[in-house]
Amino acid sequence: MVEAHPLAETAARFVWWLPALPLIGFLVNGALAFVAAAKPGPADPSADSHGDAHGTDAHDAGHAHADDHGHGAHAPRHRFAAITSIVGPGVLVLAFGLAVAIFAAMRGVAEMPAPYVNVLFHWMPVGTLQLDAALQLDALSMVMVLVITGVGTLIHLFSVGYMQDDPGYPRYFAYLNLFVFFMLLLVLGANYVVTFVGWEGVGLCSYLLIGFWFSDTANADAGKKAFVVNRIGDFGFMVAMFLLFANLGTLNYADIAAQAGHLPAGGVVVTAICLFLFLGCAGKSAQIPLYIWLPDAMAGPTPVSALIHAATMVTAGVFLVARSSMLFALAPVACLTVALVGGATALFAATIGLKQWDIKKVLAYSTVSQLGYMFVGVGVGAYTAGVFHLVTHAFFKALLFLGSGSVIFAMHRAYHATGNHADDAQDMRNMGGLRQYMPVTWALMWIATLAIAGVPPFAGFFSKDEILGETFARAHGSTLADATLLGIHGSTVLYVVWILGLAAALLTAIYMTRMMLYTFHGPNRTGDAARPHLAEAPWIMTGPLVVLGVLSAAGGWLNLPEVVTNILPVGKAGALEHWLEPVVGGATSRIAAGAAPTAASTEELLIGVAVAIAVAGIAIAVVRLKPANLVPKPAAPPSTGFARVLENKWYVDEVYDATVVKPTYVASRAVLWKGVDVGLIDTLLVNGSAAAARFLGWVGSQLQSGQVGTYAWLLVIGAILVLRVFAHVS
Amino acid sequence: MLGESLALSAALFTIGVIGVLTRRNAIIVFMCVELMLNAVNLSFVALSRAYGATGQVFVIFVMTVAAAEAAVGLAIIISIFRHKKTVDLKDINLLRG
Repeated sequence: MVEAHPLAETAARFVWWLPALPLIGFLVNGALAFVAAAKPGPADPSADSHGDAHGTDAHDAGHAHADDHGHGAHAPRHRFAAITSIVGPGVLVLAFGLAVAIFAAMRGVAEMPAPYVNVLFHWMPVGTLQLDAALQLDALSMVMVLVITGVGTLIHLFSVGYMQDDPGYPRYFAYLNLFVFFMLLLVLGANYVVTFVGWEGVGLCSYLLIGFWFSDTANADAGKKAFVVNRIGDFGFMVAMFLLFANLGTLNYADIAAQAGHLPAGGVVVTAICLFLFLGCAGKSAQIPLYIWLPDAMAGPTPVSALIHAATMVTAGVFLVARSSMLFALAPVACLTVALVGGATALFAATIGLKQWDIKKVLAYSTVSQLGYMFVGVGVGAYTAGVFHLVTHAFFKALLFLGSGSVIFAMHRAYHATGNHADDAQDMRNMGGLRQYMPVTWALMWIATLAIAGVPPFAGFFSKDEILGETFARAHGSTLADATLLGIHGSTVLYVVWILGLAAALLTAIYMTRMMLYTFHGPNRTGDAARPHLAEAPWIMTGPLVVLGVLSAAGGWLNLPEVVTNILPVGKAGALEHWLEPVVGGATSRIAAGAAPTAASTEELLIGVAVAIAVAGIAIAVVRLKPANLVPKPAAPPSTGFARVLENKWYVDEVYDATVVKPTYVASRAVLWKGVDVGLIDTLLVNGSAAAARFLGWVGSQLQSGQVGTYAWLLVIGAILVLRVFAHVS
Repeated sequence: MLGESLALSAALFTIGVIGVLTRRNAIIVFMCVELMLNAVNLSFVALSRAYGATGQVFVIFVMTVAAAEAAVGLAIIISIFRHKKTVDLKDINLLRG
């Protein structure tokens, strides 16, 4: 089959180079970080002053000079910074080039009979479990690869500007390259286990990068929280894999797609598999109830937030549901759960986003909310719409995060130049009026804001509208509408999800406009000393922003609805839908079976409602919010009433702390530590066996009294016993 | 005849055992051990009447060993007495580890 595959002779046969390139980058950068740590050089900030007698030469002086006209008080740059700046983004550029070549090859193939599977080696041939380390190329993984390498390249380039003065610069790029390696493994895996390896790997890199500045305990704790919460989800993923293997005997996507029909549709088994898979997705993609780690993950460097916690890793859950569409199509209850959880998360996170002051926290909750939309999409069987939103979201959310990174960079630099270490460079109350200092960032972030708010013709409008439209269409007539979730009729659930989505859209427009107004408009609140130092970031940072700005503006062209192309002949309708048809088409049509096509007039009405909501949200924010009334963070009064509840994130962290963390902690302490470890193991088993040995020894020592009479008694008793035993035997 | 002989042998042996277990004087304990040996000798002799001369051969052996034992044992007791001025077993606990 592999020989006959039309892709076998094209660039696709180099598909294994896609993950290999970032892996090489990881090895090189990791080696640089290790070498620098083992042998601190003269320009290394970790080098102690009198440890290098041989290092005090002209080389040292040259570095000191270079830094003088750099950023003044900054620590000297890492001595391998130049190599890292080339290798780190370089491997991503090469990978993106290869991805484009493979994409072109796939476009050139008339039709793909089956996914192109590239078996690297037989990994686990154990009995009936035949697992290969294999990569699978199909339309879905190609879309993900293009997003990961494309957006990843831009974010790597941005990182060069953002991180190059950091003492851990090679380590940063090593982690970032490793992340891309695992992410590509995740989307390219030809079976659940390879995907799972990538799934765990990106979790590891997420942990490492959230805690990148680990000398601050809060950052290390945030990393730990992300890791622990994700373990809960991974448990679900693994149970789903066990169930799949127990019931189908295979974990290859191609085999499961062929055999899924053997599972009874709507049965307990397939529903359980899908729900456990979704638990994994809820952990990785930050859905209720496991979303709590993502806002804390903002402790990492901002480009990391853009790449891992907005554009790629957190969308892995959406990808997994789309990848498992052949299973979800058989489990309407699971689909409804996914859609409902997605809709609830979208609205819930949006409410929290309304009242956050940290610019990255706003974007974090916005990400959680947008991920909710994607799950609504894949939940209602509109896999194309979900993946479409995934792609557009990668564009505009990466832009927003990198833009915020640019703002934080400018704020930080201004505070640094004036020796101000007290004020928070991420708090919007300390910003304001940045438009005149950073016009490029301002313009680009407005594009992204309009995109995420759903204003046409920007990218987010098309994808979000498609999700809401498909949800509405499924609600009256589909296999989902006929199913029931906990006794509630499916169509009711879907209408509720649709309303949740609309409400979240309104809030999205409000909180994003709020963020823009407080950051870029009104009077500046940075402080008189720091104000003259505010400036636009260097071109290596604004360049990627411009590219993402273009993508955010034009990303909707990927999948234009027919309603639009009928009016304006601007492009082909449903390009992405057509592209993904071989992968998810079957599942979509199975779920949508019985749905009447939405009338064009209804569709136009829905679009009108969506646009009206977006515009209304922006208008409400512009009218109601007064940036001029804000005071800088140190002087700001604490918020009151409901705003306080929202600012404190509905106290969910506190509730989890009281209901889950504390009881676990107390139980671990009282039962596991004091009871099992100290009580059972230490006292009973360890000390107990010692005491028993000592007691037996004492008994033996008492027998050895030296009294011949005692020995004689024992001899006689022993003789009698022996005789008795022999009497029995004979 | 055999039954009565064995009964007498058992009775003597038991008296010997009780003597060994209960008496404190090393000389008496020693004599009780001799009594036990001779009780066994009696049963050997009685049994040899019924089953052949092998038993009588054993009696010779036992008497030889007993003689040697008496020599060594009495020597030990005398040695202990010289050392401790007593032959009361309660006061002799040299075997204590």
